[in-house]
Amino acid sequence: MTSPPNFSMFRWLVWRDLILAWRRRTDVLATLFFFVIVVSLFPLGIGPEPQLLRTVAPGVVWVAALLASMLSLGRMFGNDYSDGTLEQLLLTPQPTYLIALGKTIGQWLVSEVPLIIIAPLLGVQFGLSERTLVVIALSLLLGTPVLSLIGAIGAALTLGLRAANVLVALLVLPLYVPVLIFGAGAVEASVNGMTPQPFIFLLAATLVLSLVFAPWATAAALRISVE
Amino acid sequence: MLEAVNLGCVRGDRRLFRGLNFAIRPGEFIELRGPNGGGKTSLLRIISGLAPPAEGEVRWRGQNIRKLGEEYASEIAYVAHQNGVKDELSPTENLLIAGGVSGNALSREQARQALAAVGLQRQRDLTTRLLSAGQRRRLALARLRASRAKLWILDEVLSSLDDAGMNLARDLISAHLISEGMAIIATHQELGLPAGLMSRIDLAT
Repeated sequence: MTSPPNFSMFRWLVWRDLILAWRRRTDVLATLFFFVIVVSLFPLGIGPEPQLLRTVAPGVVWVAALLASMLSLGRMFGNDYSDGTLEQLLLTPQPTYLIALGKTIGQWLVSEVPLIIIAPLLGVQFGLSERTLVVIALSLLLGTPVLSLIGAIGAALTLGLRAANVLVALLVLPLYVPVLIFGAGAVEASVNGMTPQPFIFLLAATLVLSLVFAPWATAAALRISVE
Repeated sequence: MLEAVNLGCVRGDRRLFRGLNFAIRPGEFIELRGPNGGGKTSLLRIISGLAPPAEGEVRWRGQNIRKLGEEYASEIAYVAHQNGVKDELSPTENLLIAGGVSGNALSREQARQALAAVGLQRQRDLTTRLLSAGQRRRLALARLRASRAKLWILDEVLSSLDDAGMNLARDLISAHLISEGMAIIATHQELGLPAGLMSRIDLAT
């Protein structure tokens, strides 16, 4: 653990989550394997009909990414909440907004970036063209931060509740729908030989919007949850 | 410096206390007594700013802490029932990270000194998971010592400490008070700190 002493509080926070994730890397790997297995089950279940596989690929990859990112939400604040470090974080002299944003960035780096890297490989199973594989990675690159940002609100709201995992799913999955439509839309357009550009722009717009508002809502939810 | 004005706290439909007034000046401390469920932790959480009071306000240098926000946060340190340490990290890493995220970055040497001061020098690079409850408490004390906070808010700080650990906690608190620090301490045990500096709040009455 070496780090320059001039780390800002915010960078320390993200750094902290990266170290913790590394120490508990089985959790991260479990999410990744879940994603790989869910995506791989479809070609096995549907059969090797290339045209059919290409048609379902965008939806399958995106739905699997949605579910995989849901799995990691419980850990996002849950561990810190139960060992008291979340309280300590809220008592640090930095705005709760930044704490929420820092934790969200940490979760994205740890749980979502591996999905973005591995998704194009999985796309090969569906017989997608190279260009489409790039579009998959790009749409996930823009879409998964939104999943983390929205998911953080749900994770903060359900902190310390019984059956938090089920509640998070009920709260958050409906809010994921726009990302699913735009993300799968981009891949689908590419599969059909059209330009994915409009969908990519819509994803980028969703990202900007949630980047501004989600940490603020997460911060408010965190405050309520620790009260 | 710290002033509580007419504080009231309601938990569910039970009123835990109301009309509570007290003040702490530099070099003084408050011993907080009361039965289980009497509202000691609730009061400490209100003072730390984690929870809002149902009525009244807490003032720091004459201003409401809810308006001061981060400025107040940099002057307090809170040791709760849970120690607020990470099992996955070593004691050294726990201190470095706790310092870093609160804008009080420590050098490895400072962390080493703080751990030596609470008798954890041999455990400093072990995983915290392997430490006993008392040793974790000592780690929380090391975090307290390493913070530059003026006001220490301590919840049952002597619990799970052995005799040597209790003496250590007393010494830390005395040293903090001598350097013009302040403390509010919820406890069931005799603290054994100089009574001249103390005022007592009993939540049972």
